[in-house]
Amino acid sequence: MVTKAPEASPQDTADRPETPLEAELRRLAGSVPDPELPVLTLEELGVLRAVHCLNPGSVEVELTPTYTGCPAVEAMSTDIERVLHERGIPDVTVRRVLAPAWTTDDITDEGRRKLREFGIAPPRAVREHQGPVTVTLSPTRTTPPTHTAADAAAATLLGAPEAGDAPLRCPHCGSTDTELLSRFSSTACKALRRCLDCREPFDHFKEL
Amino acid sequence: MTTSLNPASSADADAVTAAAALALGDDALVLSHRLGEWAGHAPVLEEEVALANIALDLLGQARVLLSLVGDEDELAYLREERAFRNVQLVEQPNGDFAHTIARQLYFSTYQRLLYGRLAETDGPLAGLAAKAVKEVAYHQDHAEQWTVRLGDGTAESHDRMQQGCDALWRHTGEMFQPVDGIDIDWPEIEASWTASVTAVLERATLAVPEGPRTGAWSAGAGRQGLHTEPFGRMLAEMQHLHRSHPGASW
Repeated sequence: MVTKAPEASPQDTADRPETPLEAELRRLAGSVPDPELPVLTLEELGVLRAVHCLNPGSVEVELTPTYTGCPAVEAMSTDIERVLHERGIPDVTVRRVLAPAWTTDDITDEGRRKLREFGIAPPRAVREHQGPVTVTLSPTRTTPPTHTAADAAAATLLGAPEAGDAPLRCPHCGSTDTELLSRFSSTACKALRRCLDCREPFDHFKEL
Repeated sequence: MTTSLNPASSADADAVTAAAALALGDDALVLSHRLGEWAGHAPVLEEEVALANIALDLLGQARVLLSLVGDEDELAYLREERAFRNVQLVEQPNGDFAHTIARQLYFSTYQRLLYGRLAETDGPLAGLAAKAVKEVAYHQDHAEQWTVRLGDGTAESHDRMQQGCDALWRHTGEMFQPVDGIDIDWPEIEASWTASVTAVLERATLAVPEGPRTGAWSAGAGRQGLHTEPFGRMLAEMQHLHRSHPGASW
């Protein structure tokens, strides 16, 4: 079952080192494929926070959603319960935790490689940044942004999602010449882009 | 949480938190439903998907917030109109696409500021706020870009965008009525909101609407359970399946 207890509930087990059994169960739970992006495991997606053995036969798993409304969380929970039941753990509780908030920086390097191979441009590193960030307002279908003084002025006031200055590459041909078609795609976590060199459309895992 | 000279009992503190969660949860739930009404009607496929994704984010936030109050399904489907605590802005009908974008601009700007400040507190809603603020940043970006595109577009799109902004202006004041249990600087949020929205409207070659931000009849009304006429019909549609078939599942 998925419990929605507030994330702050203290865990007696949280402060002690992970036991060998917990490590084994965490690897097992972490090997479950993501229901929407089956090339990735939950471990690679970075959503599996911890596995605690509460007492013999009773295990609590901490799972964090990518997006608050991500409908895949329930399927993930069911899959985790199944693999742990199969390992012989009769009592499995999957607890959803929100804090600290998941970020795309939690996706592992191996996860990023697999995303690219799957045809999805992986998220760029999320810049550690507090306060206003630079944003360029432009038409919906954008070519690479041009920064003007007016943009900079607007940016100071507005702030918006922005991920560093790293180029975004087409996962098919590697070109950095791409345009945004829609900032929301097949799922909330992806944007739809098109490569201006090979002309292929592709999903981009948005920075969060 | 507000600090008090008399240490509040934990039950009181829980009640205050629940009231705050109900207000924010109802905002998210009601706007989510309104955006969901666009399914099958959006002007282009990309917007169909975008509005549905924004609605899904809001629904996820609503589920977390309402679960702090009680049973999420009972709260969503079995409350009467007067028991909802959302601001009136989010219950306003979709209108045309520009009207929806104006509502998105006003609300996402507010919600992002609110969640951003809330995330900096150590209150019980800080965890959800820190998570949701990152999602709402994309909603605000979406609304701002469309506001600019429509406002600075054709004469027709400009007029419609202006009409949407004007029509909803009288519902914007209510958002800054302090909510019990959310200890943030409300006047500062209002000032930031005004600066942010003004900058976008000017960039979109639109006029900042004039006229009152609230009517005497509407000041703070949604948070007190008083809603506008279209809300009842929206709720009837949202709740009818659950009420007609109690306990149904598939």
